[in-house]
Amino acid sequence: MAFVVDMLVHATPLMITGLAVAIAFRAGVWNIGADGQFIAGATAAAWVGVSAPVEIRWLALIAALVAGVIAGAIWAAGAAWLRSRFGVLEVISTIMLNFIATYGASFLVRGPLQEPTHVYPQTSGIVSGAHMPVLVSGTRLHWGFVIGTVLAAMAWWVMKYSATGFKVRASGVNPFAARSAGLIDVSRVTTIAFVVSGAVAGMAGAIEVTGVTFALYENISPGYGYTAIAVALLAGLNPLGVIGTGILFGALETAAGTMQRNIGIPSTTASVIEAVVILAVIAIAQLRANRVTRTV
Amino acid sequence: MIDGTSAFLEGVVRTATPLALAALGETVTERSGIINIGLEGSIIAGALGAVIGAGYGGVWAGFAFAAVCGCAVAAIFALFAVTLRADQIISGTAVTLLALGGTGTLYRILYGSAGAGLNTPTLDPMSLPLLSQIPVIGRSLFVQSAITYMLYLLIPAVGWWMYRTHAGLGLRAIGENPAAAIAAGIRARRVQFLAVLFGGLLGGISGGTLVLAQAGTFVEGMSAGRGFIAIAIVVLGRWNPLGAALAALVFGAASALQFFFQATESNLPYQLFLAFPYVLTLVALAATRGRASSPAALGRQDFGQS
Amino acid sequence: MSDVALELASITKRFGQLTALDAAALRARRGTVHALLGENGAGKTTLMRIAFGMLRPDAGRITVEGAERSFASPTDAIAAGIGMVHQHFTLVPAMTVAENIALGGRGRFRPVQIRDAILALSDRTGLAVDPSARIEDLPAGAQQRVEILKALSRDTRILILDEPTAVLTPTESRELLQKARELVSEGGTAILITHKLRDALEFADDITVLRRGSTVWSGSASEATEEALVAAMLGGERLNTEFEPNAGTTTAGAGATVLSLQNVGVRDTTGVERLVSVTLSVHAGEIIGIAAVEGNGQRELLRVLSGRMKASNGEVRIPPVVGFIPEDRHRDALIQDFSLRDNIALLGAGARRGVVNWTAIGKRTRDLIQDYDVRAPDELTPARSLSGGNQQKLVVGREIDGSQTALVAENPSRGLDVQATAAVHTRIRAARDAGMAVVIYSSDLDEVLALAGRVVVVHAGKVSEPPRQYDSIGRAMLGLAVK
Repeated sequence: MAFVVDMLVHATPLMITGLAVAIAFRAGVWNIGADGQFIAGATAAAWVGVSAPVEIRWLALIAALVAGVIAGAIWAAGAAWLRSRFGVLEVISTIMLNFIATYGASFLVRGPLQEPTHVYPQTSGIVSGAHMPVLVSGTRLHWGFVIGTVLAAMAWWVMKYSATGFKVRASGVNPFAARSAGLIDVSRVTTIAFVVSGAVAGMAGAIEVTGVTFALYENISPGYGYTAIAVALLAGLNPLGVIGTGILFGALETAAGTMQRNIGIPSTTASVIEAVVILAVIAIAQLRANRVTRTV
Repeated sequence: MIDGTSAFLEGVVRTATPLALAALGETVTERSGIINIGLEGSIIAGALGAVIGAGYGGVWAGFAFAAVCGCAVAAIFALFAVTLRADQIISGTAVTLLALGGTGTLYRILYGSAGAGLNTPTLDPMSLPLLSQIPVIGRSLFVQSAITYMLYLLIPAVGWWMYRTHAGLGLRAIGENPAAAIAAGIRARRVQFLAVLFGGLLGGISGGTLVLAQAGTFVEGMSAGRGFIAIAIVVLGRWNPLGAALAALVFGAASALQFFFQATESNLPYQLFLAFPYVLTLVALAATRGRASSPAALGRQDFGQS
Repeated sequence: MSDVALELASITKRFGQLTALDAAALRARRGTVHALLGENGAGKTTLMRIAFGMLRPDAGRITVEGAERSFASPTDAIAAGIGMVHQHFTLVPAMTVAENIALGGRGRFRPVQIRDAILALSDRTGLAVDPSARIEDLPAGAQQRVEILKALSRDTRILILDEPTAVLTPTESRELLQKARELVSEGGTAILITHKLRDALEFADDITVLRRGSTVWSGSASEATEEALVAAMLGGERLNTEFEPNAGTTTAGAGATVLSLQNVGVRDTTGVERLVSVTLSVHAGEIIGIAAVEGNGQRELLRVLSGRMKASNGEVRIPPVVGFIPEDRHRDALIQDFSLRDNIALLGAGARRGVVNWTAIGKRTRDLIQDYDVRAPDELTPARSLSGGNQQKLVVGREIDGSQTALVAENPSRGLDVQATAAVHTRIRAARDAGMAVVIYSSDLDEVLALAGRVVVVHAGKVSEPPRQYDSIGRAMLGLAVK
C-alpha cells in the first residue's frame, strides 16, 4: 500500500508535466522546457505560499496555484515569442531557459527567499493555509493527483471536440494544409498551445510545492520535464493516456529509488530506461511510417 | 591592467576551446543537412570516456577514448536520424537524455556513489616559443594546452576540406538540395552518417577537454548545456568553420566573465554569471534570426525526390 | 559497335503494393531521338530513373551499347555514358552554375579550371551560361541550360530528357527540341520523355508508348499515327471532347463581379516584387484561364485571388470564402494522416469557434464522397490511402461545396490520369455553370485553353490579355510583343 501511495505521489508531477509536453508536441511545438516551467511555477507558488498574509485555507492555496500557472505560462511565453518572432528553435531556447530557471531559483533560495536562519538553501515552509488537502488521510497522497487527472480529462475533451483542439491538431500534423485549406492562423494557435503547455507545467510545480515539499529548494525538479517527454510519447500524445503512463513512470521512479537504497543500483538507471523508451517509440513510429511512404 | 586583460583573454580562449571543438564538428554535421541535438550527449560521453581512458593510459589515451565515446553516441543518433529518417529534434533530445543518464549511471557504478572527486591527469598549458612573446594576444593565444593548438590547425583544415574539395562540395550540396546531390551520384545517406560521426568525434574530444584540460575530474552533467550552446554558435558563425571559432570566443568570454568578476568581488550574485552564457545564447539566436543563411535542407527528414 | 545504344528489357519495379513497371521495355537506336510517351502515372519517369541508376529494378536487364550493366547509383550510369535532364531541376539554388556542374566530381575542387571547362563546353554546344552566376538568380530557361550542360559535361552519349518542355514557352520548347536533334546528329542518342503527342511525332525518330507500367506500342515515328498512339496511351478508352481547343464557352452573359483586384502588388519576404499593378475582374459564371511560365507571378496571383496571401498594395475585393485547389495537394490541401472526415473539417476550421459538430461534418463528408464519386470505404479512412485522383476529387468537392461563389484552381490535373482529369474538368465546368467565378491555372497550355473562356497571361508580375490563340499567348508568356 505504501508503494501505491508513493507511486501516485511520484506520478502526479510526471503526469501533469507529461500532459504539458503532450499538449505542446501535439501542436508541433518541441517544448523541452517543461522543467524550467515547472521550476518557475514552483517558485511562484512558494513565494505566494510563504508570503501570503492570509491564513484562510482556500485563498492561499488557490493564489499559490494561480501564481504557479501564470509563472509557467510566462516562462513558456518567452520561448514562444522567440520562436514566432525570430524563428528561434524552441528546443534550444527552452533548454536554455531550463538552465536559467535553475540558476534563478538557486539565487532566490540563497538570497531573497531564503529561510530566516540563512543556513539552508531553501525557503521557509509555506503557510498552512496554502497546503494542498490530503486525499487519503494519514498518507502523503494529496488532491493534486485528482487535479491532474481532471486537467488531463479536460485536455482530452478539448483536443477531440473543440474547435481550438482541432486547430491545434491540424497545425501540429501539417501546418501547410492547416494554413492553406483550413485558413488556420497556425502561428497564433501554436503559440497559444505553447503557453498553455507552460501553464500546465507551472501548475505541476505549484502542486508539488503545495502538496509535497511545502517549500522551495534547489533541485525541486529532479528532471521531471525530461521524463515528461517519455511519459507523453509513450502515451501517444493522448491526454488520457498520459494518466496511465504518468503512473507507470511514477512506479518506475519509486522502484528506482528503492533499488538504489536496497541494492545500490544507481537511480539514474531510471533516466536511461526513460530515454530508451523514447527511442523505442520513435523507432516504431518511424519504421511504420517508412513502410507506408513510397519513394517514387 | 595589461596583465589582467591578458589573463582574461587567456581564460577566454581556454573556455572557448571545448565550445569551438563541438561547434566545428556540428558545423560539418549541419552543412550536410542534419541538426544534431544529441551533441550534448557526445560531449558528456566524451567527458566520462576521458576519465576512463586516462585511468588506463594517461592523457592521450583519455582523449582517444573520449573521441570514441563521442562517436559512439553520435552513431546512435545517426541510426535514428539518418538511417531511419526519424525526426532529428526529438531523436537528438532522446540521445542526449540517454547519454546523460547513462554516464551518470556508469560513473556511479565505476567510481562509487555521487560525487567522489577523481584525480585524473591533466594537460598543462604549453607556451609556444616566439609566438607567445607577442604583446597581449601572445599570452592568450599561444600559452594554451595542446588541444587548443590542435584546434588552431583543425579550423583551416576543415575549411579547406569544405570549400576546396569535391567531397566538401558534395556535403554542402546535400545540405542545400539533397535531390540534386543524389542525382549527381552522391551517396547522401552515407555522407550524412559520416558527417554526424565526425561531429560526435569532435564533441567527444570537447568533453575530453573539459576533463583533461580543465576540471581534472568528472561531475555528472558537467557538459552543462555546452552542446546546445555549440548549436547556437554554429548559427552565429553562419555555418562556416572560421565563423564558428570566432563565435565560440564570444561565448568563451561570456563564461570567463565570472572569473573576472569574482576577482573584483562585486555584489552581483554568482548565479547571474553562470546564467549569462545561456541568456547570451537566446539573444544571439534571436539576433541572427536563425534561418537566414542556414543550409536550405537543414533538418529535413526526406530527400525531396518528387 | 551495336546499333542499339540503350536497351531496357522486362523491367519490373514495385513500390510496396503498387506495381509501377510491369515488364516494360525500350530499345533506343544509336543516333536517334527516341520518344517515351505515356500519360501521367504511366511509369515513364520511373523507367528512366532506373536507366539512370537512381532506382534499382526488381527484375529485368539494362544493356548499354551492347554490354549488360547494373547501376548502383547515378555515378555508375554517368560512367556508362548516360546523362539525365530531370523534370524538376536537380540544381542547388544557393550554389553557382560552376559548382552545380562540378557536383559529383572527385578530388580537389579547382574553381578556375572548372570555369574554363564550362566555358569551353558552352561554346561547343551553343548553350550559353555564366559559370559564376547563382542558380536562384537565373530564369527557368537558363537553369535548364545548366541542367543540360551538367548532363553533357560528363562524356554523355545517351541523354535522357524528362518532360523538358514543361517549364518552357512554346517557342523555347521548339528551340530545345531542335537542339536535341542537333546533338543526336553528332552520333549521340536522345531519349525524350513526354506526354505530348505532337512533340513526339514532330521530333522523334522512334516512339515507345507506356501504359500502366507496360510497353504497349513501339515503332518508328514515321509509321505512327495520332489515333494509334492515342489508343495505345489510353488503352482504347474514348478520348472525351475535353481536350479540344475552344471547347470552353465564351463569357457572353457573365454575371456580377465576384473577384476584383485593382492595382494590386505583392512583395515577397525578401522584398522582390512578384506582382505589379495587377487589375483583374472575374465574374460569376465564367472561367478565366491563367497562362504563365513558372515563376512569373502566377503563384502569387492565384493566392491573392483566393485570399491565401495578402497583397502589399492595391485593392482586393473577394468573398469571405473562396475555394482553392493548390498544386501540391499532398502538402497544402490535405492532411494525409487525418481521416477524410477530419479533412472535410478543415473547411472553415480557422473561423470556427466552440465545439466541433462531428455529426454534421460526418454527414457532409459522406455526401461529398457520394456526389463526387470518391472511391473510399468510408469517411474515417485516412486520406493517405486514397489514390491521387480520388484525393483530388475530394478536394475539389470540399472547395466547391465550401464556397459556392468562387473557385481558384492551380494545376488541378497534376499527377492525375485521364479519367480523373476528365472528372475534375467536368466539376470545374459545372461550377461555372452553377454561377461560380472560376480561375484556373495550368502549366499545360492545352488544359487552360480547353477550359477557359478568357485567358490572361502573367509575365514578370504583370498581366495582359492577348488574343485567345496559341501563338499569341505563347509570345505574351515570354514577354514578347503580340502581333
